[in-house]
Amino acid sequence: MIDLDLSPRYESFRDECRTWLLDNKPDRALGSMDTPGGFEQHREWERVLFDGGWSVPAWPSAYGGRDCDLMEWLIYEEEYWFSGVPGRVSANGVSLLAPTIFNFGTTEQQDHFLPRMAAGTDIWAQGWSEPDAGSDLAAIKTRAIRDGDHFVINGQKTWCSRGAWADWIFCIVRTDPDEERHRGLTYLLVPADAPGLERRPIGRLDGEPGFAEIFFDDCRVSVDNVLGEEGQGWAVAMAAAGSERGLNLRSPGRFMAAAERLRALATELQNSGEQIDPRLRDEVTDAWIRAQAYRWQTYFTASRLMDGDELGSEASLMKVFWSEMDVELHATAMRLLGDRGELAPAAPDSVERGAWLDGYVFALSGPIYAGTNEIQRNIIAERVLGLPRR
Amino acid sequence: MRFSFSDEQDMFRDTVRDLLSDRCSPAAVRASWDSDDGRVPGLWSALGEVGVMAVLAPETVGGLAMGEIDLVRPLEEAGYAGVPEPLAEHAGVAAPALAEGGATDLAQAAVAGDITCSIGLGAGGRYVLAAEIADLLVMERSGELYAVPSSAATLTPQPSVDQSRRLCEVGFEVADATVLVGADVGVASDRAVLFAAAQCLGVARKLLDATVDYVGTRHQFGKPVGSYQAVKHQLSDVRIAIDFAAPLVYRAAWSIGADSTTMFDRRRDVSMAKAVASDAVDRACRVALQCHGAIGYTIEYDLQLWLKRGWALSSAWGDAGFHRDRVADSLGI
Repeated sequence: MIDLDLSPRYESFRDECRTWLLDNKPDRALGSMDTPGGFEQHREWERVLFDGGWSVPAWPSAYGGRDCDLMEWLIYEEEYWFSGVPGRVSANGVSLLAPTIFNFGTTEQQDHFLPRMAAGTDIWAQGWSEPDAGSDLAAIKTRAIRDGDHFVINGQKTWCSRGAWADWIFCIVRTDPDEERHRGLTYLLVPADAPGLERRPIGRLDGEPGFAEIFFDDCRVSVDNVLGEEGQGWAVAMAAAGSERGLNLRSPGRFMAAAERLRALATELQNSGEQIDPRLRDEVTDAWIRAQAYRWQTYFTASRLMDGDELGSEASLMKVFWSEMDVELHATAMRLLGDRGELAPAAPDSVERGAWLDGYVFALSGPIYAGTNEIQRNIIAERVLGLPRR
Repeated sequence: MRFSFSDEQDMFRDTVRDLLSDRCSPAAVRASWDSDDGRVPGLWSALGEVGVMAVLAPETVGGLAMGEIDLVRPLEEAGYAGVPEPLAEHAGVAAPALAEGGATDLAQAAVAGDITCSIGLGAGGRYVLAAEIADLLVMERSGELYAVPSSAATLTPQPSVDQSRRLCEVGFEVADATVLVGADVGVASDRAVLFAAAQCLGVARKLLDATVDYVGTRHQFGKPVGSYQAVKHQLSDVRIAIDFAAPLVYRAAWSIGADSTTMFDRRRDVSMAKAVASDAVDRACRVALQCHGAIGYTIEYDLQLWLKRGWALSSAWGDAGFHRDRVADSLGI
C-alpha cells in the first residue's frame, strides 16, 4: 500500500532525533576533519553521538545502535543534515565496512570491531585503490603472503580518504599470486600502527591533507583479521560496494538540506536587491526538485527493501544521480554568488565562510569516488538494461 | 510511511497492460493515424469493461471510488502502448468531474464507457483532444467547469504532428452547457497534469525498451552497437531519468488524494512530477532517435509513433519550464 504520511510512531521518532541534535549541537563549528586537529575534534563528536545513542541508530542495540528500521534511519538522516551538526568522520567505517562485518564477520570480529567503530574509538579508512588499480579494481597487485598465523603484506594503496590519521584500514589484497583478476583476493583488516605500514598524506584539491597513500613493507597482520574467507575478497568487497553506491553512503537528507540552503541563498540575494538571472532561478528550482526526486526514489526503494527485496545493480543508478545532483547544486550556488564565488573563507567578503566553495570542491569528487560514474553507467547498461558486454 | 504498490494495484496495472498489448498494438496505433475517427476499434469498450473509467468515480455512479494512485500506473501503460484515444482526459478528469459536479447520468455513462468525454481547461489545455469524436466536453470558463455536448460546440481542427492526436480549438456558449457545481477546476487541472506526466513516463519506458532491443541486434564493425559505451551511457541516462521521475509522479498521485495535503502541496507536487516526466520523455526521444540512427528517422518505422507522442505529451498540460516556474513560485524564488 501507499501511505506517505508519517505514522505517530515515526513522527515522535523525528521529534526525538531533532530535540537531541539541537540540544547537543556543538557551540562552534569544528575544524576540517581532514586536518589533524579537526580529525580529533570530529572523533570527540562521534563519542558524543555514541553516548547519546545516536552514532549508529540502524545497528542492533547490542553494538551501540537502537535497532531503527530503514524508514527511521532515513528520518534520522534528514534531521541530522537539517540540524547543521558536524559531518561524520566515521562514515567510511559505518557506511562501507560495517555492513560487510555484519554479513561476513565472525562473532569475535563483530564483538570486537563494531562497538569500537560505533564509539569513534576506531576510525576506519578504505584501502582499495592502487596506483595502477582505480576503476579497474581487479588489477590490484598488493600481495599478502601467508606465513604461519600471519600475512606478510607488500605493496601500495592510494587515495585513502581519512587515511592519514585513521586507526584501521580495510584492504583488499592478493593472497594468491598465481591467481588473476577477481580470484585470489582477500579482504583484510589492517591496524594503521602495524610495523611495516607507512603512510603519506596527499594534499587534496582543496589543499587539505586527509587523503593518503599507504605503503606496506613486510607488514605482518594476523590471519584473524581476514574478513570473510581467504580468497573470497572480491565477493566480500562487492557487498560493501553496493552499500557505498546505494542507500548507505548518501541519504537524501544531505541533499534536501543543501537544496534548502540553496533556496535560502537565492532568497537572501533577492531580498538584498540583487537581480537573479531567470536561468539561475530555474537551476535553483531544478536542484530543489532533484533533491525531492532523490528523496522519494529512496523511500520507494526503502519500501521495496523492507518488503524483502535486495538492492542490486540499481545502486549504480542512485550513485550517478546523487553525485551529479550534488555537483549541479553547488555549481548553481557558485553562479549565484558571482564574483564572490571564488573567495576563500578568509576573504572579508566571503559568504558563509566559503562553505559553498568547499561544498563545490567536495561535490566534484562524487562522480569519481566509489566507482567513477562512467563505470556506473556501464553497470546500468549491462546489468540493469541488459546490453551486451562486448 | 509506506511507498509500495499493493498486490491488487499491481494486478490492476497488469490487467490493463495485458489488455493493451493485446488490443492496442503498434499496428493499431498506426492505423488510427489514417482512420476517420482516430480510434482503435473495440478498445474503448474493452477498457470500460476492465474498470479503468470507473477508478476515480464514486460508487453512486457505478464507480470504484479509488484514488489517483490507482489510476496513475494504468495510464502509464496507456502511454507505453500509445493509446490514441482520450483515456486520461475521460477517465482521469471528466468522469470524476461529472460525478463531483452532480451530472449523475452523464457520469454513469462515462464510467461505463458508453460515451466518450474530453476536456478543455485553462493552462495547457487550449487544444482539446478528440473533441470531434467525443460526445461530451468538460470545459473550463471563468473558474467553473461546464459539461458541453460536443454537437453544440464550435470545433476548429488543429492537426497535430502526432496524427493520432486529433486536436481542436473549441468554442461554446454557456447557454448550451451545464455548469458542474461542486466540481473543482483546480483538482481537474491537477489531475490533467498528473495523468499527462504518467503517460510521459510510459512513452519514455517504451522508447527505452524499443531502443535497448534495437541496439542489441543491430551490428556495426562486427558487434552489436549496444556494446559501445557511447550508446550504453546515453541509454543509462534515460533509465536514470525515468527511475527518478516515477516516484515523483506516484508521490503527486498520492498527494492529490490525501487528506493531509493542502491545495498548495498538491499543486507543487503535480508540477514537480510533470517537470521531471517531461524532461525524462524529452531525453528518451532524443536518445532513442540517435541510437536508432537513420531507421528511426523514417515514417515507416514504428519508433516515430512514440517519438511524436513524446513530443506532444512533453508540452501538453504545461512543459517542464512552465511547471518548474510554478515550483519556483511555490518556493518563493
